[in-house]
Amino acid sequence: MKIFVCVKQVPGVSEIKIDPKTNTLVREGVESVINPNDRNAIELALTLKEKHGAEVLVLSMGPPQAEEILRESIAMGADKGFLLTDRAFAGADTLATSYTLSLAIKKILKESDPEEKYLVICGAQAIDGDTGQVPPELAEELGIPQIAYVLSIELNEDKIVAERKFRAVEIVVIETKLPALISVLNDINKPRYPSMAGILKAHDNSKITYYNAQDLNADEAKIGLNGSSTEVWKIFAPERKGNRVILRGTLEEIVQQLCQNLKDDKIL
Amino acid sequence: MEFTLTEKQKMLKKITRQFAEEFIVPVARESDEKQELDDTVYQKMKEMNYFGACIPEEYGGAGLHNDTIGFGIVIEEISRADAAWGITIAVHNGVAAYPIYKYGTEDQKQEFLIDLAKGNKVGAFCLTEPNAGSDAAGVRLTAVKDGDEYVLNGTKIFATSGGIAGTLLVVAKTGEKDSRKQMTVFLVDSKTPGYSVGVKEDKMGVRASNTSELVFQDVRVPEENILGGAGEGFKMAMKILDFGRIGIAAQCVGLGQAALEASIKYANERVQFNQPIGRFQAIQWKIADMAIAIESARLFTYKAAYLHDKGEQFGMASSMAKLTASEAAMQAAHGAVQIHGGYGLMKAYPVERYFRDAKMGEIYEGTSEIQRLVIANNLLRKGA
Ligand SMILES: Cc1cc2nc3c(=O)[nH]c(=O)nc-3n(C[C@H](O)[C@H](O)[C@H](O)COP(=O)(O)OP(=O)(O)OC[C@H]3O[C@@H](n4cnc5c(N)ncnc54)[C@H](O)[C@@H]3O)c2cc1C
Repeated sequence: MKIFVCVKQVPGVSEIKIDPKTNTLVREGVESVINPNDRNAIELALTLKEKHGAEVLVLSMGPPQAEEILRESIAMGADKGFLLTDRAFAGADTLATSYTLSLAIKKILKESDPEEKYLVICGAQAIDGDTGQVPPELAEELGIPQIAYVLSIELNEDKIVAERKFRAVEIVVIETKLPALISVLNDINKPRYPSMAGILKAHDNSKITYYNAQDLNADEAKIGLNGSSTEVWKIFAPERKGNRVILRGTLEEIVQQLCQNLKDDKIL
Repeated sequence: MEFTLTEKQKMLKKITRQFAEEFIVPVARESDEKQELDDTVYQKMKEMNYFGACIPEEYGGAGLHNDTIGFGIVIEEISRADAAWGITIAVHNGVAAYPIYKYGTEDQKQEFLIDLAKGNKVGAFCLTEPNAGSDAAGVRLTAVKDGDEYVLNGTKIFATSGGIAGTLLVVAKTGEKDSRKQMTVFLVDSKTPGYSVGVKEDKMGVRASNTSELVFQDVRVPEENILGGAGEGFKMAMKILDFGRIGIAAQCVGLGQAALEASIKYANERVQFNQPIGRFQAIQWKIADMAIAIESARLFTYKAAYLHDKGEQFGMASSMAKLTASEAAMQAAHGAVQIHGGYGLMKAYPVERYFRDAKMGEIYEGTSEIQRLVIANNLLRKGA
């Protein structure tokens, strides 16, 4: 079995800065990380691998620097990393992104064993764009069933049974056959840290495969900005209001300090 | 010359920092008060391979034996969270596991190294005695040959992790004359009859790190447990400490970094006279001086590590790094408490702990005076 995990590199900060002129995220000086939900996706893939045996393949579409998150995924225990990178991919919205990802998955399947069963796991959404659209669009592109917002999953031969979060409070249990795609929420597991040996292996003994538009035989009209059917008009960071103070110490000390602060501000 | 970290080193730094912030920082204060390392953290550190940081994979380690800068980075990030964990991992790797890898026989590696690298056992390096501190040649613990065994008698003090160690590197006197050519390093299993742990020290800083007295009464050790050759002990101990000091330097850099970051944060937050205290030049200069001291120490540490990995002489560089870094950490911790004012003295703020922890760095693995002595002797011997 192959498990494909789609990951995205996102800025690792809670407070984002936006260049007002270009309407894009300021990335200088900002650390990049694996999108948090995608780490859950990797963790799930690794636990399934440990239990049932599988090859875990991690894919990302992004600039060459996104290689870092693929190495981190391998350090966690994934088998291989694939970076889809090309200037022509730039400016892609969710539609163009899922098309591009689907080409890579199809290519990998075709070049190994097209009959092999597979599962695609995505994080439910990315903290930067926050649309949650790529997983369902990718399932459509691949023509496979999908279960979104998965909280738990059982794999049995070529069948999966998943609990899915529905309308915030309900849980729906869904069964489907492989191949399939699921998207996961952060409640599903706690992602592991890569061990040091894992980190060394990811850098010394692993190769990342690069795919550009040509390698994927991509239709130019369907990738990057050209292939995007949405257009960003304006993007802005929410304004931070008021002065925040973080209290530290034991619970008692924090409570004491809080009371003192409230007294000082004449609230108490 | 190249000043950027490799991608691998960057990831080691990032992951170790995330790990340390999630697991070590939240329990650091409690561990300091309890004078004990947290057991959950211990298990996690094991899983992460920190106990085998600078040991090759074939012996159960993580594989940084050729990347001492990477090793330093790991120690630095752990120490930024808790200097007590920093010293524990630095000593375990630097002066216990690594010397066995570097100087041990294959049998010794199989018997002792693998368990250390996997973190199944903790290692300790035992040189200091009541009458042999800076004067390491003054060791009185004796090892007398009896058939193909040696019988050890005496007392060691101030051994880091001594009380929790499963494997000890013991520097003993194997000859009558009080000479540097009569010393030998033995590998001793803590289960050996006659060995016992004495007083556990109650100390000012790095309190969670175990520092213990160790008692040897007719402890019989097979000849095969000699590390590096009989009579080679003094030279061996000095070589072991040369490498160990890189780890201590990194530990101090991490601690200093924590003090600096706490200071910057507080200087931006604390308002007096209607402005953040960071607007006052007196505070700004302190912060600038702290940053300069720490960055210098970091570069020194990396340089010593670099020389080690290139196979060049690195003893003087590691002395310089350890001296610079321990004094930088002390300066930073001192400044951090001052910047925090009265709050800096309170347990609720970590700078109080940093201050106590920082002082230790100027003492262990050779005091600042001894480092200066080593450096000066090196220079004077070479001549101008
Ligand atoms: C927390 C902690 C952990 C330790 N861990 C270990 C360990 O794991 N293994 C181990 O073997 N030891 C360990 N030690 C011992 C440590 O290395 C010694 O304490 C240190 O080397 C100093 O020895 P001393 O305490 O006997 O001081 P002394 O040697 O008595 O020094 C007293 C003072 O005299 C100065 N002095 C001494 N000789 C000279 C000289 N020739 N010129 C100028 N000044 C001089 C010293 O610098 C110092 O200021 C540890 C100590 C501490 C505090």
